[in-house]
Amino acid sequence: MTGIEIYKYLPKTNCKKCGFPTCLAFAMKVAQKQAEISLCPELSPESRQFLEEASRPPIKLVSIGRDKKIETGNETVLFRHEKTFYHQPGLVIRIKDTESPGDAARRIREVSSYSVQRVGLDLTLDGFALDNESGNPASFLRLVETAVNNTDMPLVLMSPDTATMKLALDKTAQNRPLIYSATRDNWQDMAQLALDYHCPLAVSERESPGNLAELTERVIQMGVEDIITDPGADSFGNSVDLLTQLRRLAINKRCRPLGYPSITFPGDHASGPEDEALLAAQQIAKYAGIIVLDHFYPGIVYPLLTLRLNIYTDPQKPVKVAAGIYPINDPGNSDPLLVTTDFSLTYFSVAGEIQSCGFPSWLLICDTGGLSVLTAWAAGKFNAREIAKTAKQFGVNDYVNHNALVIPGYVAVIKGALEEEMAGWKILVGPREAMDIGNYLKRTWRENVL
Amino acid sequence: MTPLQIPVEKWAGKVTEVKLGGNGRKDITIGGENTLPFLHFEGTFPHQPALAIEIQDMEPDWPADLLLSWGDAVKDPGQWARKAAEYGADIVALRLRSAHPEVENSGAEKAKRTVASVLEAVDLPLIVLGPEVAEKDNEVLLAVSEIGRGQRLALGNCTDKNYRAIAASCLANEHVAIAKAPTDVNLSKQLNMLLHEAGLPMSSVLTDPTTGALGYGLEYTYSVVERLRLSCLSGDEMTSTPIICTVGEESWKQKESRSSQDIPESWGAQERRAIIWESITSAILATAGADIVVLRHPRSVELIKEMNGKWLSMT
Ligand code: SF4
Repeated sequence: MTGIEIYKYLPKTNCKKCGFPTCLAFAMKVAQKQAEISLCPELSPESRQFLEEASRPPIKLVSIGRDKKIETGNETVLFRHEKTFYHQPGLVIRIKDTESPGDAARRIREVSSYSVQRVGLDLTLDGFALDNESGNPASFLRLVETAVNNTDMPLVLMSPDTATMKLALDKTAQNRPLIYSATRDNWQDMAQLALDYHCPLAVSERESPGNLAELTERVIQMGVEDIITDPGADSFGNSVDLLTQLRRLAINKRCRPLGYPSITFPGDHASGPEDEALLAAQQIAKYAGIIVLDHFYPGIVYPLLTLRLNIYTDPQKPVKVAAGIYPINDPGNSDPLLVTTDFSLTYFSVAGEIQSCGFPSWLLICDTGGLSVLTAWAAGKFNAREIAKTAKQFGVNDYVNHNALVIPGYVAVIKGALEEEMAGWKILVGPREAMDIGNYLKRTWRENVL
Repeated sequence: MTPLQIPVEKWAGKVTEVKLGGNGRKDITIGGENTLPFLHFEGTFPHQPALAIEIQDMEPDWPADLLLSWGDAVKDPGQWARKAAEYGADIVALRLRSAHPEVENSGAEKAKRTVASVLEAVDLPLIVLGPEVAEKDNEVLLAVSEIGRGQRLALGNCTDKNYRAIAASCLANEHVAIAKAPTDVNLSKQLNMLLHEAGLPMSSVLTDPTTGALGYGLEYTYSVVERLRLSCLSGDEMTSTPIICTVGEESWKQKESRSSQDIPESWGAQERRAIIWESITSAILATAGADIVVLRHPRSVELIKEMNGKWLSMT
């Protein structure tokens, strides 16, 4: 809503009780999300309800877990280029109570301690879905206990039986697990458990989004606030369809009962771990809130975590790496020194090429505010003076003994100027495209430098 | 409660249909869809997304696992193409790597010989890719263009530097140009406009948006492909050309796909990781709007085929 639209609902008395000089000034701040509508004590109850409803995010932010949390939802767009995607979907591993307790404990510890480094970040999985596959309450409780004893990650409790669920909640409620799930058969009891134990609740209704909305509405009426929807997105045949429908309804149509993140099960109809991973990948992009994986293999989880990082990178922000000198493939002081910009795509292309050709090299990165080579050069941020300054700042002389610097082919024109700026240095013009760096280093560099 | 209306967009445009092959050779049509990928409830997909398998005109410098899956076939492009067909390629994508000035700098004669032998070996539609050096691309592609006359080969890369010659030769010999611009919606669109002005109909153009692999710029390609497709669906003919992504090439370049030694344990088993790296890159770009993916590993081909089959049959 715009400030003017909000203003229409305010008392227009300029009484200042909200802390702003006029109702209009307050309305403007509310529209910019810098003030809460509740600050005005003079609002009629109808106006208050209307404005609060209108200012609510189209998809609610739902959090699961206590110390370690999954926070999902609060998305505002269908396409990441329109703004960004905010909250990465939680990736959790399903453990069934039909597994031996020893195996379950080992797997839970393995997943909990799994972490992989990428672009300076530690990427991890987010939790466990404990599945009462056996139908037996005692087995489920044993699994829940095993989980409580072996991990502090968020849990999803999966059992259709409300009595079993209650017993499991007695052991775990303080950690706010997700209750999975309320169905058309048990929704009243499950919703009551969610209220009694203050836990988020998943609502499963796989027949149609319309039926799902109806069931969710009933649960909302009972007072449950933190909801995860389960529309049955479990195959390539229905996942993008269903999740697109839900997201369009929530964002474009403001359909309240569907304004919650969704849980998905890519393994349900998968032919194996790879097939499951591809559907999970698709659901990371479109539009899952929590993804339950049946398999845990580092060789699969690492690509999925990388993808999640890629898709949830803010496309509006130029993504940069820090300026400095990066060693690649363990270089020594007679190995090549190349320079390029700090735009992350540029950096990763160049570094990736050098890495894959196996040739040890140093890569000098200039701070251009995250621009590609040509753009930075055009903007005067990657010219002879700036490169010479960066070379000096990071003390290139301490790294190499050959006094030769390779510049990207696209800025061949600055060779002369750079040789003047960096007295005693030989400036070599490298290839234009990152792709050709491997060949250049292996075949051309050595003879050029001599 | 009023019954829920499923929101359906009424798109004004659709992806231009492009035919590859024909004239005695098996043909395949790409494009034609009138909604975003995977949205059964909103539109139709007259043609499956196509899978191309990459082969090269010389023994490739690929990682051992990948080479192993092709065996001795990599020694002979014709034999390699036959094996690609066996593994389920819809299209064979031949990279003329030896023409690169820093590789062998081979020229028109070798390119013609190689292409002729591949055309002879399989009856699948063929993509021919130069070494990605504009002058060299021109030299080999123009030569190749003459021998596969009328068989609608897809010739790449056609860039803003060499588009005139390639467009003219595609027109004269009934081929398709692969228009490649560096990950930018407007640059891709401009290149299509140039080709259009040069007389090439959009039904003879494929767009290569420049592919970034998973972890190496995939998100840029993803969003550019998504934006190209949205622009096409909103009715802009100059962004309506089917999209081709060279997934295998980009993915297998990365350390994650190449290294089996000196890597963290958290990266997992090398072969599985490499195949998933390629397959995820492929699946995600297909989800954004890629109509053709060019792959390298037979197992990735199998996985993507399975995925396509499942979503088209809605299972
Ligand atoms: S408290 Fe309410 S009525 Fe008073 S000035 Fe602020 S907005 Fe206006």
